[in-house]
Amino acid sequence: MAIDSQLAIWEVFMQAKPGANYIHAGSVHASDKKMALQNARDTYTRRGEGTSIWVVPSDAIVASNPDDNDMLFDPANDKVYRHPTFYVMPEGAKAI
Amino acid sequence: MDVLEKTDSIQAEMLRHFEEKIERGDAIEPRDKMPDAYRKHLIRQMSQHAHSEVIGMQPEGNWITRAPSLRAKQILLAKIQDEGGHGLYLYSAAETLGVSREELISQLHSGKAKYSNIFNYPALTWADIGAIGWLVDGAAIVNQVSLQRTSYGPYSRAMVRICKEESFHQRQGYEIMAKMMQGTKDQQEMAQDAMNRWWWPSLMMFGPHDSESPHTGDAVKWKIKRHSNDELRQKFIDKTVQQAEVIGLTIPDADLKWNEAKGHYDHGPIDWNEFYRVISGNGPCNRQRMEHHKRVHAEGAWVREAAEAYRLRKEKELLHL
Repeated sequence: MAIDSQLAIWEVFMQAKPGANYIHAGSVHASDKKMALQNARDTYTRRGEGTSIWVVPSDAIVASNPDDNDMLFDPANDKVYRHPTFYVMPEGAKAI
Repeated sequence: MDVLEKTDSIQAEMLRHFEEKIERGDAIEPRDKMPDAYRKHLIRQMSQHAHSEVIGMQPEGNWITRAPSLRAKQILLAKIQDEGGHGLYLYSAAETLGVSREELISQLHSGKAKYSNIFNYPALTWADIGAIGWLVDGAAIVNQVSLQRTSYGPYSRAMVRICKEESFHQRQGYEIMAKMMQGTKDQQEMAQDAMNRWWWPSLMMFGPHDSESPHTGDAVKWKIKRHSNDELRQKFIDKTVQQAEVIGLTIPDADLKWNEAKGHYDHGPIDWNEFYRVISGNGPCNRQRMEHHKRVHAEGAWVREAAEAYRLRKEKELLHL
């Protein structure tokens, strides 16, 4: 018997309603785009959970390394000028 | 400091970091560092959970062609499709730990990975479909609700999704039992017979008593498990007794009685000899379940091969254009 292949992994992202962000739902196995989309539909939206699906080959996703978190996600608290409250607005100015 | 000592201290530092995160209640994500034992425990537990969903399709699938009405058939089909879906959510989550689907399936086939013991019992009558939905899914839900707060992110998210879908399963089972209890004397007896056969195996689904449970220590410390086997079993008994009373079913346990002081039901002793007999392969359906899974898996191989061949041909066509 040939070596069993369960086909490639695709990550599934769902949009819950028009205008919403796409959110990662999980993954499916499929040999090509069309099958990935169909499997994602059957697996993740049996109850009207979404209005739109993205599928992406799992190996095309680049993820950050948790070891780099301090560097990547430094809140840059010293750069207070990034926040609107840093600025002094002239007395009486409206809608700004 | 020699190399070994240095490795040890790096390991200890890593473990301390990990346990601090767990302590804070942070979720662990696939790329985070985690102890090997944590990863192994999760793969074992999640794959067993996934296999249970998939093997659990068999006793119910057996009744699709014999469901007593079109309504019942549609419901059963939808429920079984959900079980397949739940298996896929869990395989997908387990794969984030670096184990492949091929490996997971081969571990099931070799017997290295287990599935829930409950599915080694047969579904003999239509009332069994009611009892499976009400009691077996009911017990599974108690466990799954608790696991929504498990420390591994992908597992927890899969559980949230599953819990949303499971309550329909339990309700459809309870509805079948309630209907039969309003039916003829034969139907009532059939429902009680199913209750008698499924009650004790359902209690066994939570696993051995805490005092006997081999995997509890680290799993609780690392928040993989959020409640112990006995706590979950008690929760299931407490909520199920009243449901049985409402529809006139008797729970087949002469020692079952309300304990005012504890605020829980006391129950009679569980026959663990039966549990170990069935789990070690000598239940009524162990061989049938595995043979079926292996056969269907082998029979489906040509579909996967054809899909791969089609992809390769399409890729080639694109290159020549």
